[in-house]
Amino acid sequence: MSPSQWDFPVELCCRPMAFVALTGLDVIYNAVHRAVWDAFCANRRADRVPISFKVLPGDHEYPKCRNKRTSYEWHIPKGILKTGWMNKHLNLVPALVVVFYELDWDEPQWKEKQSECATRVEIVRQSLQGRNTKVAVVLIQKKTPLPPGKLKGQTFIESVKVCLRLSLKMRQLENAFYEHAQTYYYTEIRRVKSHKEFLNKTTHQLLFVRHQFKIAFFSELKQDTQNALKNYRTAYNLVHELRAHETNMLEIKTIAGFINYKICRLCFQHNTPLDAIAQFRKHIDVCKKKIGSAELAFEHAAWMSKQFQAFGDLFDEAIKLGLTAIQTQNPGFYYQQAAYYAQERKQLASVLCNHEPSVMYPNPDPIETQTGMLDFYGQRPWRQGVLSFDPNDPEKEKVGILALQLKEKKVLHSELIITLLSNAVAQFKKYKCPRMKSHLMVQMGEEYYYAKDYTKALKLLDYVLCDYRSEGWWTLLTSILTTALKCSYLMAQIKDYITYSLELLGRASNLKEDQKSRIEKNLIKVLMNESPDPEPDCDATSVKSSQKLWADRVSLAGNNIFTIEVQDFVPFVQCKARFLAPSFHVDTPVQFDIFLKADCPHPLRFSKLCVGFNNQEYNQYCVVEEVYQKNELFTQGMLCLTPGKTKTFFFKFVAKTEDVGKKIEITSVDLILGSENGRCVILNWRGGGGDAASSQEALLAARSFRRRPKLPEGEIHWESLTVQTSTMIISRVPNISVQLKHEPPALMNEMYCLSVTIQSHEKTVAKDVKLTAGLKPGQDANLTQKTHVTLNGTEICDDSFPALLPDIPIGDLQPGEKLEKTVYIHCGMVGTRMFLVYVSYLVSTTIEGKEILCKCHRDETVTIETVFPFDVAVKFVSAKFEHLDKVFSDIPFLLMTDILSTSPWALTIVTSQLQLSPSMMPADQLESYVENVVLQTGESASECFCLRCPPVSSGQTGVATGSYAVSWKRSSAAKSIPVRTVITLPHVIAEGIPLHVNADLPSFGRVRESLPVKYHLQNKTNIVQDLEVSVEPSDAFMFSGLKQIRLRILPGTEQEMLYNFYPLMAGYQQLPSLNINLLRFPHFTNQLLRRFIPTHIFVKPQGRQADNASIAAA
Amino acid sequence: MAVCIAVIAKENYPLYIKSTPTENELKFHYTVHTSLDVVDEKISAMGKALVDQRELYLGLLYPTEDYKVYGYVTNSKVKFVMVVDSSNTALRDNEIRSMFRKLHNSYTDVICNPFYNPGDQIQSRAFDNMVTSMMVQVC
Repeated sequence: MSPSQWDFPVELCCRPMAFVALTGLDVIYNAVHRAVWDAFCANRRADRVPISFKVLPGDHEYPKCRNKRTSYEWHIPKGILKTGWMNKHLNLVPALVVVFYELDWDEPQWKEKQSECATRVEIVRQSLQGRNTKVAVVLIQKKTPLPPGKLKGQTFIESVKVCLRLSLKMRQLENAFYEHAQTYYYTEIRRVKSHKEFLNKTTHQLLFVRHQFKIAFFSELKQDTQNALKNYRTAYNLVHELRAHETNMLEIKTIAGFINYKICRLCFQHNTPLDAIAQFRKHIDVCKKKIGSAELAFEHAAWMSKQFQAFGDLFDEAIKLGLTAIQTQNPGFYYQQAAYYAQERKQLASVLCNHEPSVMYPNPDPIETQTGMLDFYGQRPWRQGVLSFDPNDPEKEKVGILALQLKEKKVLHSELIITLLSNAVAQFKKYKCPRMKSHLMVQMGEEYYYAKDYTKALKLLDYVLCDYRSEGWWTLLTSILTTALKCSYLMAQIKDYITYSLELLGRASNLKEDQKSRIEKNLIKVLMNESPDPEPDCDATSVKSSQKLWADRVSLAGNNIFTIEVQDFVPFVQCKARFLAPSFHVDTPVQFDIFLKADCPHPLRFSKLCVGFNNQEYNQYCVVEEVYQKNELFTQGMLCLTPGKTKTFFFKFVAKTEDVGKKIEITSVDLILGSENGRCVILNWRGGGGDAASSQEALLAARSFRRRPKLPEGEIHWESLTVQTSTMIISRVPNISVQLKHEPPALMNEMYCLSVTIQSHEKTVAKDVKLTAGLKPGQDANLTQKTHVTLNGTEICDDSFPALLPDIPIGDLQPGEKLEKTVYIHCGMVGTRMFLVYVSYLVSTTIEGKEILCKCHRDETVTIETVFPFDVAVKFVSAKFEHLDKVFSDIPFLLMTDILSTSPWALTIVTSQLQLSPSMMPADQLESYVENVVLQTGESASECFCLRCPPVSSGQTGVATGSYAVSWKRSSAAKSIPVRTVITLPHVIAEGIPLHVNADLPSFGRVRESLPVKYHLQNKTNIVQDLEVSVEPSDAFMFSGLKQIRLRILPGTEQEMLYNFYPLMAGYQQLPSLNINLLRFPHFTNQLLRRFIPTHIFVKPQGRQADNASIAAA
Repeated sequence: MAVCIAVIAKENYPLYIKSTPTENELKFHYTVHTSLDVVDEKISAMGKALVDQRELYLGLLYPTEDYKVYGYVTNSKVKFVMVVDSSNTALRDNEIRSMFRKLHNSYTDVICNPFYNPGDQIQSRAFDNMVTSMMVQVC
């Protein structure tokens, strides 16, 4: 028996196709025949009819047909299914034999050829005697065919069924073959069915199964898969109706397995995967218990394993063809189960085949048969065809079983298991089952371990370790680590051995204390360059070879320093680094603690502890080293860790002044175990300690409400420690004071004075003092442009001055010395600004006996508001102080300015100046009336200027007035330079007027005294003006003069009108009103006139004539 | 009755595992651990459903030849996994459900204990007794 005894035969697993034999083709020497053959065979795609073609010689001997049995009465079947049957119908007995023959219709030697063809056909028919196989003749012709009507007449060979030319489409020919093949299989099915009635249930049970199977198989050949499935199902049920006994159990299971395979395959093909799964489950449930012979129980396991594997293959194939599987139903489960049965097989084999080496393989070989093959599937070679349930030859039976057992012993079980497991892994990877995948990989690793392939075992186990570690499944982790440790021991891999030992000693391992203790002892042996004791439960021969390896390692003076990154697993030493503060001043030493805690069962002594920083210059200061002899490994020492107790190592060092403002970070902690003369292990923590489990532990500790028990003095709770791996170095605390003196708010455009007082409180000289003052960077860009800082207060800044004056050297400051510096700030825009005053200096101090030059600085920030110092309001009024919307050319008017102080500080107006534009003329002197006026908050100063606007060209409405400049300063800063603020005056609308009237009259009148009034009427136009003048009487006055007149005034000339008014009543009286009517300018109304001439006058009462003296006295 | 009952933390590490002492304990650890694949998948598929309408019982996670594994997830993502012998056909879905509910109640009691820290291994005797009562009795 071959090792692949459990594999299904090829003919079972293939897809059955109609078998058509082609004869008369010379495919080697005849090109035409070759072309015919190629047309049939090459590029057979799925859309072509399923036929398997075979070229056979014309005189090929087909398998002989046995004589037809007329009665089954005396026939007793010897088994269920003959081993050769499927192959016979797939490859040996054709459904159709095609005879190719070259013959043209106009062949000259027609007769001879015809008879030769007939002979050929006859030979084939002879060979197929007794079979229903059809024979077809195909004529290969070189010329075009005769019309079909003639073809019908050609009946020279009675069995010609097909007569077509090669030029006809191959497809049609093929389809014709296919039809005939189907007919053949149909008759075969009918033939098999016809046997049924001869069978009886007692003696022919086996035949029921066989016939049913045959029907199903023929149906498949006929491509009738529905019926095939139906018949296979029937066959399957019939198999289980057979009387089963230990002797025929294997046969029944084999056939049941075959039929089940066919059913599942067809179900998948019909896209009914659930049916396939259900059938398979049923099959397994039924067969699980049918173990058969107890001595050969491993055979059952092997058979089960094969069932699962085959189903997995079918499932996987169906998926490749488009079926979708899910996480909980995928081929992986079947491969996994197959692997389990393979493992069971291995286990059973190891028990059942545990023969003494002296037991020899029996001779002659009972498994060997004469043909090298069995007649029936699933029978024992030494009793083929025997149907009785009792082995008639117990001796033979025994020898046979022994032979099978010895054979089984040679099977490489691990290889089978690993293949199945890796199949399963590939599936679970696809269906999102990472944990299942890991689990199977562990099993693979263990299997490799059993197979003594330790390298592969270790590789697989190492790969999955981190998954279990990260999820915190410590039991599983420990189990895997134990196997890994064994592997590394057996291979004498020192580094791996140490790594796994470290973790097995750690808190993640849940080994028993005695195991841990043993591992620790071994670890110490390894460190002292000795061989460790073998791990328990290891294969004895492997142990022997590994001991040799270890001895070689000891003598080999190679690399004995191992660096182990402990961050990624859970070692038996825990480490936490903690700076005492989040920041240190440069003039104080940086201090930190390293906490170590061991979880191993016995105290262990380390040789060195060193800490690495991001600035490696500090590394040299943070080393603890202890030299000890070999035998002192357990004695107390500074670096000796007692299990469960936290040990603290305190370090301090002086930071470099260059590191001010930088972060100092612990990048590594190295703990060295062992010594240079033995083996040396460097446990390396990246960062400030911690390992694969510590973050979760820290989280739990943080959540915990539990109060920790009080510990004796000097001991610390490990959980309460937090890791702080970095600290900032900050500059020394400055010992100077910076005071700012100023009077906010700042007034716009003034030189705001900020006085800075620096006083040193240092004990030594503060050297190289520098002042930086100005606008704090990072504010609005507009502010930067509109702010200027200078040290010179005697002139106003312009835009060329900077907003920040950096590093103004001040020199050295003696202890206690005070220094004042004034900074002037010019703010060209209102708003809030932040100003920075920053004083830096150097001072030397001594810490820890080291002199260092520290750079210190103090900064002050001040927020200053800038406001307008005053508002200037401007208005135009007429000579009568009436508000003017517009001015009339050549007629004087008044410009009034009003300076309203809005500054909280008193302002002194140094001077003011009106600068007129060329289009404006002063009517009199323009001198300032507000010189040296002091304005408190809210006070205002007004000025009035009389101006005249010369005539403007028509169309121009707005006339520029000019500007008004005010020079001012704070009253408090008398010596400072004045600020000149220029206000542009508004434009005014100027208009021409045809006639101007002004009146000469005294400022008051007196009752009953004559009041002379002279009106001047000026023609402002270039034309002669006709005008009507009238004076309306008033109750308060009598008057003399022209009451109504019509006159003409020449261009540019003036007419005077003289009146004598005689007041009758005292008080503020209305004058007799002058009405002028311009005939050419109807718009010139009296309303307008009233603007120019007074309408009222104050009339004083008449004094007593006699009392002139009293008046004089008053 | 169950052959193994496990409580798994939100972060997928075991809080409690008990299996019948007659069988290989490690095997059950692996079974429970691998079943988390399916639990994770089910939880992520459930994530879309409204929280208050969520069914805590996850049903049969996956069947193996010998065992059936059932799952249950609390609102705080603590998982309960129960392994039942495949041959035990008497155990219906409803009974499994009620067993889980019992387990959940008992777990809630554990959590309510002010001396218990969420995330720690469960060491409550009451819980242990309750679990033992649900396990296959081995004489």
